Amino acid sequence: METVITALGSGLLEAFQPLNLFMIFAGCLAGLFVGCMPGLGSVNGVAILLPVTFLVPPTTAIIFLAALYYGAMYGGAISSITLGIPGASTAVATVFDGRPMAQQGKADKALMAAAIASFIGGSVSIVLFTLFAPPLAAFALKFGPQEEFALMLLAFATFIGLGGDDIPKTIFSILLGLVLAAVGFDIISGRPRLIFFDMVEFQRGIGFLVLAIGVYGVGEMLWTLETTKGTVQMHKVNIGWQRMKENFKDVKIYINSTWLGSFLGFFVGTLPAAGATPAALMSYGLSKTFSKDPDSYGKGNISGVAAPEAANNAASTGSMLPMITLGIPGSPTTAILLGGMIIWGLRPGPLLFTESPDFVWGLIGSMYVANFVTVILNIALIPVFIRVLAMPFTMLTPVIFTLCVLGVFATTDRMFDNWLMLIIGVMAYFLRKLNYPVAPAVLAIVLGPLAERSLRQSLISSQGDAMTFFERPISLVCILIALLLVSYPLIAKMLKKRNAQQPAQ
Amino acid sequence: MTVRTAELIMAIALLLASLGLMANIYFGDLNIGWVPGRGPGAGMWPFWLSLGMALSSVATLFRWVTGATPESRNTEPFVAPETIFLVSVSAISILVLLLMMTFIGTYFALMIFMFFFVRVLGKHGWVATMGMVIGTPVFVYLLFEVALTKYLPKGLPVFEEMFLAVDNLRYALFY
Repeated sequence: METVITALGSGLLEAFQPLNLFMIFAGCLAGLFVGCMPGLGSVNGVAILLPVTFLVPPTTAIIFLAALYYGAMYGGAISSITLGIPGASTAVATVFDGRPMAQQGKADKALMAAAIASFIGGSVSIVLFTLFAPPLAAFALKFGPQEEFALMLLAFATFIGLGGDDIPKTIFSILLGLVLAAVGFDIISGRPRLIFFDMVEFQRGIGFLVLAIGVYGVGEMLWTLETTKGTVQMHKVNIGWQRMKENFKDVKIYINSTWLGSFLGFFVGTLPAAGATPAALMSYGLSKTFSKDPDSYGKGNISGVAAPEAANNAASTGSMLPMITLGIPGSPTTAILLGGMIIWGLRPGPLLFTESPDFVWGLIGSMYVANFVTVILNIALIPVFIRVLAMPFTMLTPVIFTLCVLGVFATTDRMFDNWLMLIIGVMAYFLRKLNYPVAPAVLAIVLGPLAERSLRQSLISSQGDAMTFFERPISLVCILIALLLVSYPLIAKMLKKRNAQQPAQ
Repeated sequence: MTVRTAELIMAIALLLASLGLMANIYFGDLNIGWVPGRGPGAGMWPFWLSLGMALSSVATLFRWVTGATPESRNTEPFVAPETIFLVSVSAISILVLLLMMTFIGTYFALMIFMFFFVRVLGKHGWVATMGMVIGTPVFVYLLFEVALTKYLPKGLPVFEEMFLAVDNLRYALFY
């Protein structure tokens, strides 16, 4: 415990370095912005701005991006409430009650509740993170390649079991990411693989950032242009200090839902396929179930705003837990952060805690600071962001496209990757329209090289005996859970069928 | 084209792509099995995963035939007519931007790109238009060339020379 407190202290000192503190502010602001713009979420912000962070040292870079991730969770609520359009998919559940509240002229109450619930959710999850991360990382130090591979299987299994998307399409998406990760020279044998059309450019492989920016920059913008076309109607928000003080007293009404959302969000967030969106939806559902007055949900119940907002913030922190301790991202956004860590020259995995303590604890310290900064910025800047939301898409779209194109170029210095990004972006747009999930592919291209290496190392050390994965207890448990997750949709379907048949008999 | 047709075409295209990947590895002289004394061959991982991709595409095709996916029962147009213009114009504008970057250089390309979006598509006033047309390249120059020290594409030599003047000025002033 003492070591944790000392390390946390040094992390907080790191976070208070002038440059880092500035980047926390910048990241929170950028996050609030991408969060509140419909169609853009934390994952888009992190993917598009990652190349810019090569300007600063890795610790500062991750602090900036983590603050952005964090701010986006707060920002999502602003457009959910005032426009009735979720600013990010993570804020979908906030619309259910936030929209009716705005229609009743209580938008300020809803915004305040969202901010306070986010703050509580964030605080709870950071404390949980600080307590869980060091022992989990210490435990993971025992992992060999077998456990690593089993863990990755588990990560992909969560997409099949819990992702809720079409299963063959999910599997396709995962495998596509894994195969694309294999393009270029094989790290073990040194042989070139999958050099399409004999183009030398493919020898360097397909950078994960090219895929991430293609999918989350270009593809997502095309998707947003299609879906948000049409007029949006904004609700008036009355804000003044007097009203804010009064709104602060509402906390006791929604505090229980907020606690529930905070804890639930953290644990759901740690699962790779789940993340902030399902966490928020689950939290909304549970809060409604436990409520004394469930019928008022969906009609402007303030707890219906607080519960999902607490959960999505908690989940964003939760998803960093497996990323930092195991090297397995807990969400698409953390997958991109993990890819960034590799570019910055860090080795993700359990050794990170011992090899780069400044990096890890600087990040943890910054999350405490970012939580305070974001809640203050959020409440203070609500009027500004409401004005930003009125910004037309014809101004924002070219700026985002420019950042995508130059961001990709700046990372690899070749126009080839820009063409690849455009092709991937257009493909992602079509695939998404046909209900192919794209997040698993992004996760897979980041984890692909690590998964292949751990599989081959395990097989080499066991002389080709696949039983090696089942002989080691931790890897066996991971594989069994993975199998359970994969078969879960089938079991659920069978149970549903049986239940449907019974009343008929 | 309806969503139903689009799903069929996509599933077939993905199946063919998966088979193509498998062929690429198999005929690319990569070992897809166990190499005695050395371990798994270099082609093992991508080959068997591509097979998985092909099988999942077959599963999607099967589900399309049986009408199991919502898309296979959807006869609405794949891209709604009122959005087809906006989406295709945006995608093509990036294509043109990339082409222009290759020939006339990043900065002139960005100016035209911004003018097109802000003035032609958005119909914003001249102040907003000129602000974006001039502001974006300046910001990009400061961020990428000055701060990140990246040499962005400058296009054909004629256009590149023009920019060397800017760079020379910067070096003369600051270094």
